[in-house]
Amino acid sequence: MEFDPSILLGQFVSGLCRGMILFLMASGLTLVFGVMRVVNFAHGSFYMLGAYMAFSLTQAFASTPANFWIALALAPVGVSLVGGLVEYVLLRRIYSKDHLLQILLTYALIFVIGDLTKMLWGVDLRIVQTPPILAGFVSLFGHTFPAYYFFIIGVGLIVALMMWFILNMTRLGKLMRASAEHREMVEMLGYNVRGLFTVVFMMATWLGGLAGVVISPTVRLSLGMDMEIIIECFLVVIIGGLGNVWGALLAAFITGQLYAMGILVLEKYAMAFLFALAAAIIILRPSGLLGKAAR
Amino acid sequence: MTNANKTKWIAGSAVALALIALPFAVETWISQYYLYLIIKIIVWALFATSFNLVMGYGGMMSFGHAAFYGAGAYTCALLMVKTSCPMPLAFLTAPLAAALAGLVIGYFSVKIKGIFYFATLTLSFAQLLYILVFKWRSFTFGDDGIQGIASPALLSTLDTYVNYYYFALVVSSICFYIMWRIAKSPFGMILRTLRENPERSTFIGVRIQRYRLSAFVISAFFSGVAGALYVFLETSVAPDVFKWSVSGEVLLMGLLGGMHVFFGPALGAVIMVLLNSFITSYTEYWGLFIGITLILIVLFFPQGVGGLINEQLRSTMNRKAA
Amino acid sequence: MEILETKGIKKSFGGVTAVRGVDLQVEEKEIYSVIGPNGAGKTTLFNLISGFHKCDEGRVLFKGADITNLAPEKIVQLGMGRSFQVTSVFPRLTVFENIQATSLVTGGQGLSLFSDASKMRLKNTEEVLSLVELVDKRDELAGTLPAGDRKKLELGIVLATRPEMLLLDEPTCGMSPVETTGTIELIRKIAREMSLTVLLTEHKMDVVFSVSSHITVMNFGVVIAAGKTEEIRNNKLVQDIYFGSTDQPSGR
Repeated sequence: MEFDPSILLGQFVSGLCRGMILFLMASGLTLVFGVMRVVNFAHGSFYMLGAYMAFSLTQAFASTPANFWIALALAPVGVSLVGGLVEYVLLRRIYSKDHLLQILLTYALIFVIGDLTKMLWGVDLRIVQTPPILAGFVSLFGHTFPAYYFFIIGVGLIVALMMWFILNMTRLGKLMRASAEHREMVEMLGYNVRGLFTVVFMMATWLGGLAGVVISPTVRLSLGMDMEIIIECFLVVIIGGLGNVWGALLAAFITGQLYAMGILVLEKYAMAFLFALAAAIIILRPSGLLGKAAR
Repeated sequence: MTNANKTKWIAGSAVALALIALPFAVETWISQYYLYLIIKIIVWALFATSFNLVMGYGGMMSFGHAAFYGAGAYTCALLMVKTSCPMPLAFLTAPLAAALAGLVIGYFSVKIKGIFYFATLTLSFAQLLYILVFKWRSFTFGDDGIQGIASPALLSTLDTYVNYYYFALVVSSICFYIMWRIAKSPFGMILRTLRENPERSTFIGVRIQRYRLSAFVISAFFSGVAGALYVFLETSVAPDVFKWSVSGEVLLMGLLGGMHVFFGPALGAVIMVLLNSFITSYTEYWGLFIGITLILIVLFFPQGVGGLINEQLRSTMNRKAA
Repeated sequence: MEILETKGIKKSFGGVTAVRGVDLQVEEKEIYSVIGPNGAGKTTLFNLISGFHKCDEGRVLFKGADITNLAPEKIVQLGMGRSFQVTSVFPRLTVFENIQATSLVTGGQGLSLFSDASKMRLKNTEEVLSLVELVDKRDELAGTLPAGDRKKLELGIVLATRPEMLLLDEPTCGMSPVETTGTIELIRKIAREMSLTVLLTEHKMDVVFSVSSHITVMNFGVVIAAGKTEEIRNNKLVQDIYFGSTDQPSGR
């Protein structure tokens, strides 16, 4: 096989994009687990909601060229509002219950949100137009890339920075990290852990919705989007270690590259590499790359 | 013979007679569609009961059991359509293929520690199979699916479902019997200890992974039989048999009917197949129904209907003895 | 003859060293107590011996064979039974089934797929049931038992594994004085009748002094004194730890 370096570069960038999207998703999932000890199986559903909301918003404001940017600003907020509602009405009732029941609840949400999406937007494939500013191409080292790719990468980097800032520099972040380690202690000190949970869940769903908006110009929106992304997302979290945001970043990067390079080798079945890596991690280091080691 | 045994025999015979006479009664007086529905119930009851070996008995909540159902279905269908394999051979190979899938998937899923990891892995494996079957058009015909699968003339469902009903009844009865024996065996008892208290189980000398993997493989085998039965009922198959929602439906059947009772999931199958038939004639949002029901169960009935009945039975028994 | 021996076993969790080098010798058919303040490392010691945790360093020898870091289920099969401080039974199985299941595993029939479990190992199960005095509660669900009976059941489960040695983690935890005496008598009787070696941890000094032939005192993850009961009773270090002064303990 001849490897043209410009193809490799192309795949690298494309892998970077995929990795960033996965990071946006996996970080939300892992945050919720780390702080709230809940696994949100329906995380992909919020991603899908973000994409479809972006569609509606871009349609609603189709007259202005800034319609995508309006969607980018508003859709994740809309998704996080749905997330807040879900947390307040449903999740709150099951925090003290068996993990199994928590999983079932969020799993049930996949059905509910999926059908609600079907109700609101129908089964036809939908398209979101790339914003005109980013519709062009960029030449780098002999390869042409869609400009939009760099937007995705940029968003990912900004979010990573934001997350680092919030987790390490703000009171909220300290509270989040403390709750992850010692929830009862935090409660006893008088902090409003319930409120914290709502905020964290809304943050996570905001991230999921953002991922959905960001990816929408590059794919055709369909009702299977929720499950398509969630499997990779789970694998990323397994590889990176549950509860660790930076593990998620590392694993997302690796996964993105593995997939991108895997396409060169296996074309349609690059997913297999992902599963192989996850399988290896399970056998060799079950807590993930950066997860806490088991006893 | 004691009175209790006599009653059991009479009741059992009555049920058997009813089951034998059923298809004629239904097809003549009600409609062919309802006989089809009854066979569908049998298929799902088998699937749900085999799934429960893993969930209710083994205490492992698998979110990807559609993998084994689908493996059985597609193995059967592909053998029938791509080779000149005789039907009985295809039918017998299907559960073996499903058991193999159970071995591979089970090996990794059982090794991993933690409910979340187990749930996501089983879900992911099933999804992987779904995507594989979807994309590998040259081999599986992709999302066109496989149509026109021919059964031997005796079992053909072209004119009547009666013959296939008997076939499904006999096959599933054999399977139910075997699974019943397994559930009542030492293996079944130890499985339950794994469900109840894995730590304690280790400390009485149980190699947990060995039992869990075995339960997985056995369960996969019988889910594969259900898949094969499905293929000849519908005479067609599509990648949708692997869909994540199929795993969810069988899970809900177990919950609705009761996980800790052997025939609980079968009851759940009856309920859900009938409900599905009813609801989908009015709306296409069956998923919404599943989701809401699951949520209600989680919030208000964590034990599941069948489990509750069993507890009530116990308390009336105790009261009688006192 | 020593049935159990540990040599320099160590265990740390994160930054905390729970056990920092314990040498222990247990002679067979005797009753040993391990005592020490909370956090001394007693439960961790048990966890290391029974295979629940892996030793960072050191060796564990059982009946002369090296069982260090062997899987817990294998150690049980070799003849070491273990009870937990918080009773650990199978809640939704009946008392009878709890013991029957254990007996089936011990008898090597756990993987049998087609026999009827309810008809197997009946004699063994009945024996154990009467040994722990739970015969009239055989059909109760284990999860509904009162605390005292649950402890008896757990003892029964451990006995059903046909151990040569018992590791009992605070067997009278949470019991009233009457229940305590009863349990201790039971343990003594069983140990005698079945020729068992017992290693137990306890906080109740009267229990310790009345039932043990040997006492091992731990603090801060090491053994600070070990020997026959009378020696320990008069040992100054022990007195200091427990009574903070040079007063004689009121041994009962």
